[in-house]
Amino acid sequence: MAINWFKYSAPTTFYGLAGKMIPWFAVSAAALLAAGLYIGFAVAPADYQQGEFYRIIFIHVPSSILSMFLYLIMAGYAALGLIFNTRLSAMMASAIAPTGALFAFISLWTGALWGKPMWGAWWVWDARLTSELILLFLYLGFIALHASIDDPRRADRASALLAIVGSVNVPIIYFSVQWWNTLHQGSTIKFSGTSMHIAMQQAMFTTLAACWLYAIAVVLARVRSIILERERNTTWISELPEVKG
Amino acid sequence: MNKSTLLGLLVLVIRRDLLLAMRRRADVLTTLIFFVMVVSLFPLGVGPEMNMLRKMAAGVLWVAALLSSMLSLGRLFSADYLDGTLEQMMLAPQSLSMLVLGKIAAHWMVSGLPLVLMAPVLGVQFDMPAQALGVLIIGLLLGTPILSMIGAIGAALTLGLRGGGVLLSLLVLPLCIPVLIFGTGAVEAVSTGLSAASHLSLLGALLMLALVSTPWVTAQALRISME
Repeated sequence: MAINWFKYSAPTTFYGLAGKMIPWFAVSAAALLAAGLYIGFAVAPADYQQGEFYRIIFIHVPSSILSMFLYLIMAGYAALGLIFNTRLSAMMASAIAPTGALFAFISLWTGALWGKPMWGAWWVWDARLTSELILLFLYLGFIALHASIDDPRRADRASALLAIVGSVNVPIIYFSVQWWNTLHQGSTIKFSGTSMHIAMQQAMFTTLAACWLYAIAVVLARVRSIILERERNTTWISELPEVKG
Repeated sequence: MNKSTLLGLLVLVIRRDLLLAMRRRADVLTTLIFFVMVVSLFPLGVGPEMNMLRKMAAGVLWVAALLSSMLSLGRLFSADYLDGTLEQMMLAPQSLSMLVLGKIAAHWMVSGLPLVLMAPVLGVQFDMPAQALGVLIIGLLLGTPILSMIGAIGAALTLGLRGGGVLLSLLVLPLCIPVLIFGTGAVEAVSTGLSAASHLSLLGALLMLALVSTPWVTAQALRISME
């Protein structure tokens, strides 16, 4: 049986598919989040060193991981859009950006909340914190460039190029920031290499999965809105039941 | 000069842009004066304590250089874009990347090089030791061309946009952070008795990387902006 891989690369077909997938991702995200938080708060024991404060990792670690992966995925879609000139890829890239920025922000915010009781400071110029902050700047630059160009085609292509340049730069920035920090002084604050309790791991991986599913659901919902907005003058949009009704 | 070879083309573009810049000397001076002013504001802001100023001199000079180079980037393509020259350049049979490289080189000579030449005077104001000053200058010589080259991508992407100047800084500044880190790191290393060689080598590596990649990327960005 031949599968048409490109069937869903057209906004027309993808719109319906995304609409069908959103509830599944949203519901499983909510279920996994509830389960993860339950394990994290009711089952997992307190850390022998950090007490109850460590529990913020159940949102902090997933959001950090997602903020980084989403940038790469965004740049990947941007590259696809630039190379193959597919409309949907560029729409996906611009749908991912706000979610990525949100996760970068949550990661910084929860990090600050954890840092105050543990390190005694809301912010330290640690290599990881700094590179996360720069990542947030890169997201904001992408969003700002896309927003300030009126012609959607030029906006897509210009911000795609920026995302690709950014993703080439990310490793350079990451390592330079790491060397910058270690050159001044050894990092005084490090996660000690203690092995995590099994319940802590379960809770973290469950919330990580929940965040992934949430991100997918939100991106799909946003890409549907973008499709509606961009293709509003086409006949297939005007024949949609939700538009007609 | 043989205009058909790539090198001839490069020289031709550089000479043209330098000539245009010399006809409008005020633009060149504004960037330089801005650089001097920003640097002079720091002692007023943080106090005249010499030990502290000596420690932060490299950082202040580098950040000021970064900001001044942002300021002049808007001019890189805008004049040629407005009078249609840029369109003719894109139609030309010669390589657009080479034309772009020439424009970036001329831009650096006009806006980056004066900052490097001015830096020793300002460094002395901050009482920097001679050795640290020397490393700062070498770092700036290697680093400011990179700033111009990364900035060119941003300038090409924001060509003709409303509020392009602020947007340009927003796009380009995060990408320039490694240059800032290695440039100030070199001075820091020398003043703590270490060798600056590793930092300067990394800056040199970044310069080579930027030299081979950014003109092409900028050319692509120009094609996107002009289509």
